[in-house]
Amino acid sequence: MTYEFTKEDLDEIERIKAKFPEVKPATLPVLWVAQNRFGHVEPEVQRLVAETLGLPESHVHGVATFYTQYYKEKKGKYVLDVCTCLSCQLCGGYDILHHLEDKLGITKGETTDDGIFTLNEVECLGACGYAPMLQITNDHYVNYLTKEKVDKLIDDLKEDKLPDYEKIEMPLRKVK
Amino acid sequence: MSAVDWKNYEPVLIPNIADLDKIDVYIKNGGYSALKSVLTDKSKWPDPKSVINEVKDANIRGRGGAGFNAGLKWSFMPPADGGPRYLACNGDESEPGTFKDRKIFEYNPHVFIEGALIAAYAMQITTIYVYIRGEYKAYIRMMEKALQDAYDKGMIGKNIMGSDFSVDFYVTGGAGAYICGEETSMLESLEGKRGYPRVKPPFPAQKGLWGRPTTINNIETLAHVTSVINRGADWFKSIGAETHPGPILYGISGHVNRPGVYELPSGVPVLDLIHEVAGGIRNGKKLKAVIPGGSSTPVVRADSLDGITMDADSLREVGTMLGTAGMVVMDEDTDMVDMLWRITHFYHHESCGQCTPCREGTGWLEKIMLKIKNGEGEIKDLDLLLDITTQMEGRTICALADAAAWPVRHTITRFRDEFEARCKKSVHAVA
Repeated sequence: MTYEFTKEDLDEIERIKAKFPEVKPATLPVLWVAQNRFGHVEPEVQRLVAETLGLPESHVHGVATFYTQYYKEKKGKYVLDVCTCLSCQLCGGYDILHHLEDKLGITKGETTDDGIFTLNEVECLGACGYAPMLQITNDHYVNYLTKEKVDKLIDDLKEDKLPDYEKIEMPLRKVK
Repeated sequence: MSAVDWKNYEPVLIPNIADLDKIDVYIKNGGYSALKSVLTDKSKWPDPKSVINEVKDANIRGRGGAGFNAGLKWSFMPPADGGPRYLACNGDESEPGTFKDRKIFEYNPHVFIEGALIAAYAMQITTIYVYIRGEYKAYIRMMEKALQDAYDKGMIGKNIMGSDFSVDFYVTGGAGAYICGEETSMLESLEGKRGYPRVKPPFPAQKGLWGRPTTINNIETLAHVTSVINRGADWFKSIGAETHPGPILYGISGHVNRPGVYELPSGVPVLDLIHEVAGGIRNGKKLKAVIPGGSSTPVVRADSLDGITMDADSLREVGTMLGTAGMVVMDEDTDMVDMLWRITHFYHHESCGQCTPCREGTGWLEKIMLKIKNGEGEIKDLDLLLDITTQMEGRTICALADAAAWPVRHTITRFRDEFEARCKKSVHAVA
């Protein structure tokens, strides 16, 4: 399959390039533009990024493979990244991960047959006080997980209902 | 205010004001007056150096974990030569247990932006980048909006507030790599490369982004700069612990009733933070251990915490560090073997692979810990682990190997009985 950026993407890429004194620094943000457009950065997409920026394909490949958030292969429609690192481990992150494995009938790293969910175990996502938690496709954080909350999340996602941003106040802060 | 009076502390970094993330609300509450003072009040601030001196005097110890005096760091920048100079603001926040800078992005982004602009003026910086970890998509969006608002109000751009100071300010994001919180790795990532830490020297002040003078500061550190300019270095030094002054954003997680981020003076007693601020251990359990400032800071047993306060000097007495002040609290049921295995897994996963002692060492630590966790370890494996840590520490380009070695060494040393209990009994019985 041939991949092409839209006019909108190319405008965005120009805005990104304008932030930096040379073109190479655009590599990471343009890989994001590509992943947001195509859902992954398989080698064909890496080639498109390299050609668009006029950079060697080897450079783009090197960057894409260094950073875990770039999907080097196709993923499910919703990628569930369950944190099990330190605070999440202490607060039941593995219970959440195993519950999702049972519920979705896959083990971590796999995608459901219907292509809707990919399940991953990930490292610390910086939400330690709100453990256990997970992130949906590199964006939405879902905090204070319980098995019930996970069940509802899965039902909602099947209907393409993404959760709202969870604003979590600082406990001692008393806003006037 | 001494740290003992923490109950009467009024937050300044993220004060009790609604909608402070909106620039109009921020300005109405005195926002951008510190920047205005620095740019226009020549009697108070005759030159950029006077700003550096004030910040140096305040002794803001870097809140990203290293604890180095921010103003002193600024003073390492060489004289301006007309070429580009950079400020790289570190919002990577990836150390397990750390989740504080996101509160600034969310609740008071302009206090950080203002501090960064003051820093840029003081060091005659031409471009500022704020690097935010790729997982913080929501906060990257919030930061982009805040920066656009500040541009629109003329706080960023050409001839700010009618002065001859001009600066650009951009937000950029990572893509999932703990190592990019290491300052030189972050520079590599900003330059669009794999995040391999650089050999120092040359230090970033000499050769940073694109070979030009660059200073790297943590988000919270820069936010404190605004308060220091508004209220003075003496005010800052009057808050909290004498040798580690100022407010701190404490992130408390783990087995407490009220986990979250708290702005309080430095030097609050560790046990006050756990039992009063964070509401005590959940389910009425007893405290077992504390990791005071992110996963790399050595774990401390509960029975050695009496009188220990959250500042570098006091924590050193019990063989640990303040780090990022991201405190992880563990109750009496915590399995220290499992906990340590997970930390070794983290560092193995996040080692960039550039230096052999780290690439191989973190792998061995994890493999041996997994063996012990599964009940297949032997007592001698514990000493092997300790030996590996000494062969990693201080032998690599960056501190990730140290960060991986410390928790292993100190968790095993401080909870050795638990590790031994998990090991197989000796098979060399005397006939």
